Amino acid sequence: MERQLLSGDEAVALAALHAGVALGTGYPGTPSTEILESFDALGGRAQWAPNEKVALEVGLGAAFGGARAIVTMKHVGLNVAADSLFTAAYTGVSGALVVVTADDPGMSSSQNEQDNRRYAVAAGLPMVEPSDSQEAHDFFLTAIEISERWHMPVLFRMTTRVCHSKSIVMSEGHAAAGSPRSPHFEHDINGRVMIPANARPAHRRLRAKLAEIAAWGEDSALNRVVPGDPGLGVVADGVAYLHAAESAPGASFLKIGLVNPLPIGKARAFAAAHTRTVVVEEGDPVIADSLLAAGIAVESKPEMYRFGELDVSRVRRILARDISPEPAAGRGKPPELCPACPYHTVYATLKKHHCIAAGDIGCYTLGVLPPYQAMDTCVAMGASIGVGLGLRHVLPDEEARRVVSIIGDSTFVHSGISGLVEMAYNPPPTGHVVIVLDNGTTAMTGQQEHPGTGRTLDHGPTNKLSIEGIATAIGIQSVTVIDAYAEPERFEQLLLERLAASELSVIVARRPCILAAADIRRWEGQAAALRAQAAEQAAFDLPLEER
Amino acid sequence: MSAGHRAGRGAGHRAGPSAGHRAGRGAGHRAGPSASDGAAHTATVTNVVLAGLGGQGVIKASDILADAALRAGLDVKKSEVHGMSQRGGSVTSDVRFGTAVLSPMVPFGEADYLVVLGSSEVEVTRPLLRPGGVLFAPDLIPDADLPNKRSLNVALLGALSYHLELPVEAMLEAVKAALPAKLHAVNDAAFELGRKLAAAQGTIR
Repeated sequence: MERQLLSGDEAVALAALHAGVALGTGYPGTPSTEILESFDALGGRAQWAPNEKVALEVGLGAAFGGARAIVTMKHVGLNVAADSLFTAAYTGVSGALVVVTADDPGMSSSQNEQDNRRYAVAAGLPMVEPSDSQEAHDFFLTAIEISERWHMPVLFRMTTRVCHSKSIVMSEGHAAAGSPRSPHFEHDINGRVMIPANARPAHRRLRAKLAEIAAWGEDSALNRVVPGDPGLGVVADGVAYLHAAESAPGASFLKIGLVNPLPIGKARAFAAAHTRTVVVEEGDPVIADSLLAAGIAVESKPEMYRFGELDVSRVRRILARDISPEPAAGRGKPPELCPACPYHTVYATLKKHHCIAAGDIGCYTLGVLPPYQAMDTCVAMGASIGVGLGLRHVLPDEEARRVVSIIGDSTFVHSGISGLVEMAYNPPPTGHVVIVLDNGTTAMTGQQEHPGTGRTLDHGPTNKLSIEGIATAIGIQSVTVIDAYAEPERFEQLLLERLAASELSVIVARRPCILAAADIRRWEGQAAALRAQAAEQAAFDLPLEER
Repeated sequence: MSAGHRAGRGAGHRAGPSAGHRAGRGAGHRAGPSASDGAAHTATVTNVVLAGLGGQGVIKASDILADAALRAGLDVKKSEVHGMSQRGGSVTSDVRFGTAVLSPMVPFGEADYLVVLGSSEVEVTRPLLRPGGVLFAPDLIPDADLPNKRSLNVALLGALSYHLELPVEAMLEAVKAALPAKLHAVNDAAFELGRKLAAAQGTIR
């Protein structure tokens, strides 16, 4: 039995390895990023997809083929993948598909704190939720079992604290979820092709499976009762359970590990056995509302605790029904662009010329903070281009000509390309200027590769997407690549010229991220060596007379 | 900050705490949590918060401390928030160890020890410390004495180690495991420096 100190992310990766997961895919997003990186480091097959929707589809295909697959993303990533997810609930899978959604209550590094437990209800998918790293490991294996037993995708919900906290994991070091089957394809047109005639029975099948899982969940070890004081019962999930267990050491607990479908019968019996039953959950009152709707007498937390993370102090307040104002947390130093970040020039120029900047998601969002404050909108991955176009369409001419869209290289590949297609298709009368900040990496989440870097998750060489090539192919009239950091005056001149022209422009401001530059040089060196080796081998393989 | 407990100072004390030193530091300065801290189970948990700015080695230091607790056979949890804060912003990391740890986060105002790597972060994080808790500020370690500027985190861990129940061997093994071999000598020296300074000062407020 191995005893290790692992983060929740690392524990999931270890479990994926133990379960014989054939393929891991996803898009980087705090706090989920380290799952695939760890899976790769452990020897698993892991790859970054251009976005979460594609990742989910690749995982689904693998599971259609009978394999076990894991797909990872942060909470907002599931919005991107939702289109395929909802219908994957109908098609089901042949192998196993576990989709990790890593929520960020408190928004340590996110644009919203949506509660993805709602997605499980909306899509009609089972959702498993661990509280710490040991459970992240063990419950992942259970999620694989559920997926294979009921032939359907399973959502695995984590939160920032569970992903990033380290705790002790004891593991057997081998598959506890049985051996994976050998992948092979079986035709199942009625089950897999969701035309209405097939989807109607598929929906009924889905609901029947959920009813079975609900019955199974009543006795599952995922939902555990810890008996204690009959005066106080606490229903809790995720890390909130640990805060609650510490806050009220004498209380009884119903610890929920299967968040959907909820063990309604177990909860009803639990509430009936206690004078007072309180639901302690982070985020939305998802469990409380469901139990109340089922006519179970539980107490939901006061509304003020919907916001932000919970901790021991806040749970004590919830249990004491304390709604007095909370002490304000001390504010430390906010993050900022690195001193040698190649984007400084761009933001200084935008500020100088009073540009209206539709921004996007990444390190460069920090351009919104002092000293530049040179970003006016930031909504979602890829939103900068559409939002910039909308502004251009309606603003008076003088203002419209100052609108630019700012998007990073990884974000551009993720979901900026379709914005650029819209720009070519419905050009505003004043044209538009898109600045792609290309630092050659997915910097914010910790320097992951993407299709534009020409390297895979493990930094090995692969095909390289050309941002300027795509822009040209889409039909953008003016496409310029420039190192704005090295040539600030030329960048300023170029920007002013493109803002004045009533044309469509893409400016690719290209210079490697200062944090990644040394690594990028090393990986490029390794790639060059591999190419040289391959060329030598190819020459050797030729018949003598052709060498 | 005071250096009030100089009574225990001396060449014989450089190896760190012994039963004698503990007595010398006085009951009022007993740094570990006591039964009066609250519920029975928390009495067995030691709460450490490490703080600084992104890039100062906060996460590395908390990894080392948590690993030392693991090596000592204790239950341990460690928690921090990555992401945006990595870009030069404030970072805190919580390490909790003992017989059984529940929440991974040190409750506000309940840290037994606060280890701060950046002077700008001392006042911001001070409220995290419980009454009677011990602060390790960066000015405990004179710059000139530090074998390498980057080893401030390990030096402060050395100072912390003087106050902890953890075996010093577990701490030193954890330091070695976290750093490349070429840095071992420098960091051993930094650790020893911090430990000596803590022994000399007794308790720092």
